[in-house]
Amino acid sequence: MDFRLSQDQEALREGIRVFCAGRFPTERLPELGKQGTLDRELWRELAEMGVFSLRRPEQEGGVGLGCAEAVLVFAELGRRLVPGPLVWTQLAAEWLPPAASGERVVTGLDRANGEPHLVEHLAVADAVLVLRQDGVHRVDPQTLRAEAVATPLDPLTPVHHVLELAAGERLAGPEAATRLRLEGAALAAAQLLGIAEATQELATAYASQRHQFGRAIGSFQAVKHLLADAYVRQELARAAVYAAGATLDDPEVGDVARAVSAAKLVAGEAALANARTCIQVHGGMGYTWEVPAHFYLKRAWVLENAFGTAAHHADDVATGLATRA
Amino acid sequence: MDLRYSESDERFRGELRKWLAEAVPAHGPPPPAHDWAARRAYDTGWQRKLHDAGYAGIHWPTEYGGRGASPTEQLVYHEEMARAGAPYIGVNFVGMLHGGPTLVAEGTPEQKARHLPRILRGEEVWCQGFSEPGAGSDLAALQTRAVRDGDDYVVTGHKVWCSFAQVADFGELLVRTNPEVPKHQGITWLVLPMDRPGIEIRPLPTLAGEGEFSEVFLEGVRVPVANRVGAENDGWRVTNVTLRFERGTAFAMEIIQLGEFVAGLARVAKRVTRHHAPAWEDAGLRREIGRAAAEVDALWAMVKLSVCKASATGVPGLEGSAVKLHYSELYQRVTELGLRLLGRAALSRDDVAGLPVKPLLFEALKSLNATIAAGTSQIQRNIVGERILGLPREPRARS
Repeated sequence: MDFRLSQDQEALREGIRVFCAGRFPTERLPELGKQGTLDRELWRELAEMGVFSLRRPEQEGGVGLGCAEAVLVFAELGRRLVPGPLVWTQLAAEWLPPAASGERVVTGLDRANGEPHLVEHLAVADAVLVLRQDGVHRVDPQTLRAEAVATPLDPLTPVHHVLELAAGERLAGPEAATRLRLEGAALAAAQLLGIAEATQELATAYASQRHQFGRAIGSFQAVKHLLADAYVRQELARAAVYAAGATLDDPEVGDVARAVSAAKLVAGEAALANARTCIQVHGGMGYTWEVPAHFYLKRAWVLENAFGTAAHHADDVATGLATRA
Repeated sequence: MDLRYSESDERFRGELRKWLAEAVPAHGPPPPAHDWAARRAYDTGWQRKLHDAGYAGIHWPTEYGGRGASPTEQLVYHEEMARAGAPYIGVNFVGMLHGGPTLVAEGTPEQKARHLPRILRGEEVWCQGFSEPGAGSDLAALQTRAVRDGDDYVVTGHKVWCSFAQVADFGELLVRTNPEVPKHQGITWLVLPMDRPGIEIRPLPTLAGEGEFSEVFLEGVRVPVANRVGAENDGWRVTNVTLRFERGTAFAMEIIQLGEFVAGLARVAKRVTRHHAPAWEDAGLRREIGRAAAEVDALWAMVKLSVCKASATGVPGLEGSAVKLHYSELYQRVTELGLRLLGRAALSRDDVAGLPVKPLLFEALKSLNATIAAGTSQIQRNIVGERILGLPREPRARS
């Protein structure tokens, strides 16, 4: 067992980290938020980095890596709040090669989430992946009856309210839908891990330079302990997310569904709590639009509601325990 | 990012599992908590069996009789011990995990030869004499004085929170040998034979009602200079060497046991009723159990990450503080959940209606110690904040 990142994994993470830092600097978040549409050029660049083809076999033009690598990449995308239906497009690459190459943008919808159906980035989507009880379907966005939401919660995540869902084309059966839910949850958990890290780091940096009462506020235990808790949540989330990636790749090392649920639950909690801590530590400035802390919390709320909430996954873990008991 | 145990780890697991399957039932149930003589016999008897089967001192170097197991074998060891419901380390705790490892690192050849084999065989029980009424989190403020007199130190002072003192043969004792220098520089580490004249042991019952702790009063106790470990006034450094043995595996045993505890809560939830239905049907309670299990899994993954890092670098990382912080608070949350599951059955500390009330109540009370012992949660948060996140330090008090 060597649960550490391999050298290749370190290099992969570093590459995507540097790319995201250059293309999605924190200062640009308010501007990106006003833009309201997806930058297709950036999307193609993400595809060139292998974000969408990462898990496709090499003979199909993919990178041929696994979920362990995918969670590393998605944690970095989460850390910079990279916008777009990233998870759905990667999931769709299995059936739609143009999704893997970045030529097509694919969003999605899981019927299990219940109604109303709010779909992210529908306006720019070329296809909608729909998870139903009987399997995975592809739906043409043109055939949907949907209304754009004027004011989305996350300024970087425009949403449509889907009023009527067309049948579409069935791509795969119920097992595939179940697997996609797990893979999607792991990738969403990875993005949440990235948010947990980024907000802890922003808050720690601010607490180190902001002075009140003649001292850096981070020297006060009341503030320091908030940040220590944020670090603990982040590290717990990291371990759980890495374990989910490794278990998806090698199901013999554990219980895949349980590992994924643990990751989604723990990472969701870490992202939400750390983003709140980030706002709190920034004090009055944390409540302004200008300080980007709120973008992280809003994205965390979006991701918390993707591929199963904490409550949903807690119930799944409990049910698994009961079956074994 | 590989979670697969190696073939040799799995071979080790197979042998250990086979041995435990016979050894654990043969050792019988533990004696009552208040019967210290019986507890010593039970715990040291188990230690002897571990020794004879080659499993004593799993993390000790082979040259001192330990198993010298790799860090991942240690994880397997803890997984299998918990799975088999093996006896806890009990009265062997201080000798196996503190005193022994300190002697391995800093003891003289005579001290090693005298104590290490006996600790491993369960023939010698140790207790701790570190904390004092005025030296808790600020351990280096300790006041127990030791004055050199010929070949002896003459020791006078008052120690508290001495686990297992009432059955111990030896104590690891921190004393002040120089009160004139800054506090960390005047401390010395001694092996205290507990049968010396001038030692008075008074049980200090815990809020769980058990006599695990004692106060130890020392009045002119003569300790041979030959019992000093490390140099005079170098005791603060010596106390920290124990950490060298820790390769990210601290709390591994406790986290695995917590996982077993959570699985037990699921069983209890099916047997107690709420609103005329099994408590398990209460989605709120059920989710709390699921969430606790998920957090224990995440902690176990964190231990694995920490162990793999430490075995690559040879030094334990600071993330041990993060593991300890989350473990201890989760432990309390989980045992509190046990109380809520029991509902009015928790008005009793004895088993009621066939429910395992006694162990659930015991754990709920015992868990209150977890955020205090071995560095309070507040101290751990300072460590995380200052040493990991690099936040500015608290203003230093005079030392």
